[in-house]
Amino acid sequence: MKIALAGNPNCGKTTMFNGLTGSTQFIGNWPGVTVEHKEGRLLSHRDVVVTDLPGIYSLSPYSLEEVISRNYLLNEDPGAIIDLVDATNLERNLYLTTQVLELGVPVVLALNMIDVVHRSGQRIDGVELGEMLGCAVVETSALKGAGCSEAAEMALTLAQQSLAPSSQQIFSAPVEAALAAIGEALGATFDQARARWYAVKLFERDEQTLDVLQLTEQQRSQLEQIVAPVERQLGDDSETIITNERYDYIARVVDTCAERPAVEMTLSDKIDRVVTNRILAIPIFVIVIFGMYFASVTSIGALSVTNWVNDKLFGTWITNGATSGLHAVHAAGWLDSLIVNGIINGVGTVLGFVPQMLVLFFCLAILEDCGYMARVAFIMDRIFRKFGLSGKSFIPIMVGTGCGVPAIMATRTIENERDRRMTIMLTTFMPCTAKTVIIAMITTTFFPHSFLIAPAMYFLGMAVIVCSAIGLKKTRYFGGETAPFVMELPPYRVPSPKGVMIHTWERSRMFIIKAGTIIFAVVVAVWFFSNFNVSLQLVTIQHSMLADFGRAVTTVFAPLGFATWKATVATITALMAKESGIATLATLNGVADPDRTRAVMQGIGTMFVPISAFSFMILNLFDPPCIVAMATTGREMNSRKWTTIAIGYQVVLGYSMAFITYQLGSFLFYGAAFRTGQMIAIAVLALMAFLVLRPASAQEPLVATGDTEMGAA
Amino acid sequence: MRTLKEVQAGDTVTVVKFMGAGPLRRRLMDMGLTRGTSVYVRKVAPLGDPIEVRVRGYELSLRKSEAEGIVVDAVPAEAGQQTGAGEGSR
Repeated sequence: MKIALAGNPNCGKTTMFNGLTGSTQFIGNWPGVTVEHKEGRLLSHRDVVVTDLPGIYSLSPYSLEEVISRNYLLNEDPGAIIDLVDATNLERNLYLTTQVLELGVPVVLALNMIDVVHRSGQRIDGVELGEMLGCAVVETSALKGAGCSEAAEMALTLAQQSLAPSSQQIFSAPVEAALAAIGEALGATFDQARARWYAVKLFERDEQTLDVLQLTEQQRSQLEQIVAPVERQLGDDSETIITNERYDYIARVVDTCAERPAVEMTLSDKIDRVVTNRILAIPIFVIVIFGMYFASVTSIGALSVTNWVNDKLFGTWITNGATSGLHAVHAAGWLDSLIVNGIINGVGTVLGFVPQMLVLFFCLAILEDCGYMARVAFIMDRIFRKFGLSGKSFIPIMVGTGCGVPAIMATRTIENERDRRMTIMLTTFMPCTAKTVIIAMITTTFFPHSFLIAPAMYFLGMAVIVCSAIGLKKTRYFGGETAPFVMELPPYRVPSPKGVMIHTWERSRMFIIKAGTIIFAVVVAVWFFSNFNVSLQLVTIQHSMLADFGRAVTTVFAPLGFATWKATVATITALMAKESGIATLATLNGVADPDRTRAVMQGIGTMFVPISAFSFMILNLFDPPCIVAMATTGREMNSRKWTTIAIGYQVVLGYSMAFITYQLGSFLFYGAAFRTGQMIAIAVLALMAFLVLRPASAQEPLVATGDTEMGAA
Repeated sequence: MRTLKEVQAGDTVTVVKFMGAGPLRRRLMDMGLTRGTSVYVRKVAPLGDPIEVRVRGYELSLRKSEAEGIVVDAVPAEAGQQTGAGEGSR
């Protein structure tokens, strides 16, 4: 038996879902898209699966979330639907309800946040509401756990009896007559249990429904003959007529069942006056963002906890414990190395991110739950829309200066799929803290007097993001009109500890499980290749398969100015973790302790000339980020195609930029001759400029957030 | 003919009709901006765009380019009674 949970965004659905299913949840994505798919088993009846549908306002055929929800409701045959309604915002919430009621599936309407309504002195007559709508009504407060199990029990009872809502004639006489006529003329083409739904959708000329039902030419003209006269009579198109009449009906229902709250200045209004004030908004925004950044990236998250986990917990305690334990049992050298250098190191790398992630998700959950996140988009939209990103892209990019992994995860707050993919792809171009190790080492070694290089890298990172966004926006993949910014600004609320915890845990858990498994495998593989030679003997990294591989492919890096196997191996290990690129260079140059800066600098100094060192730095700043970030990209894109596009773009861009840097840099500043390399570099640069500056190509028509892949769903 | 884009912050108007069709119009209507609804323009974002309006008792933000497609009229005498959305707060 299946129960679906439907409702608007911000109506408390996540909290209700958590209350109903506890720890039995499975969180994934709907096939092929970045929309989250959550399922769990009902705590009181383990055989009942609860599906949490995406938060939606309507069942229109235009947005991805809405299409996913309606396909689920129509095709997966849930036994009942619990429709969660925010009782403090009855009018707009009931709009979805009127559509859900037409599906021919038993519906329990959960009047959520009823406690808030009571506290404000307002009164809603649930019994009357149920009678008017023709469905069961339960008063709930998901946050306090009140009424949730009653709602679930009610849904089960209705599902067992398959008691669908009694059909209500909610539209005007001409429309109802047309719906009846559609039922008569075309009733044979659709499922009679959902007759009302199909009749309304056909009246609206809903694209998806027309596709699914595959009406013949004759049936289509029959439909036109029914719909067109009503449109003429009422002076509007059928879609508008239906929407208008739904809201008119809801206004009548609300007038009967609820007292309207007195219109007064609420606390939320007062807060908003300050927070999005013309003058104060930007300063407050900067303070909030820096506060969050400070908490998650620099202070609590990174410096103390993450470093403690990395250095002390994994770096010292566990490593030492394991080493002495392994010595005690006389373990073989390779096993010792596998466990300590491979597994503990690898798992440590992943888990080292966890505290930082927890703090970041905690901050994001607070910002979202208190209603500020929507205002961030409201304030920043103007700037980011210019280069095709959403106002909400700002937060990931900001977080990206600390660490790319939480930055990619932070894109979860971006609803629009295309904006989200683009942000995932671009956010890691901001130099993260690990990349600053590379910047610091290269600049202090080769350019000790140019203190502008380090800050310039941040501006370059930002410029790459902006130019990429503009360029990508003009391609077929990211093209199309800017997604509409019609967005609810939810009232400010004091975030509930429970809600914040649920959000934080949900996101962190996903990172630990999914990213953890991939990274673990890769780290062990790299350990293997860097510790063994082809005849499977344990060797130092200089003689390993990785070094052999490095020697074999050095020519790839010749156009970038550093055809040395050491730099090649360092670039490969930098893909594991950016800071380990420098550590590898240290090892390869015979410096045991990478903290001995001077010795490391001397070693690096012999490997590069300044311009090739600069090109090495550029490559490592703009090629794909570390393995953890790549694994996170894969997990968040949830599609092989999009992960390949993202990583591929980073490879091509990083390589091209390093190539241009080396070829043109050596010609302009170091007196190299102008040869083929320089000509190609100019050509590549020109191509890049063209891609950014060219007029937008012919674009697909706007299909809101949905895209072509959805057609199959 | 006035569009929602031209309405000053602090004014209340009613929706007359939409120009254009397609997903954007449907989205606006789904969010409750149907004909006859009263809309209180609450404020303009600090950088001049988008705008925040109060409709059917909640706050909605939309870009000026989107507001341009909504034809509005001054509030009739029996303000907001039809939808009772409340003109929001002052």
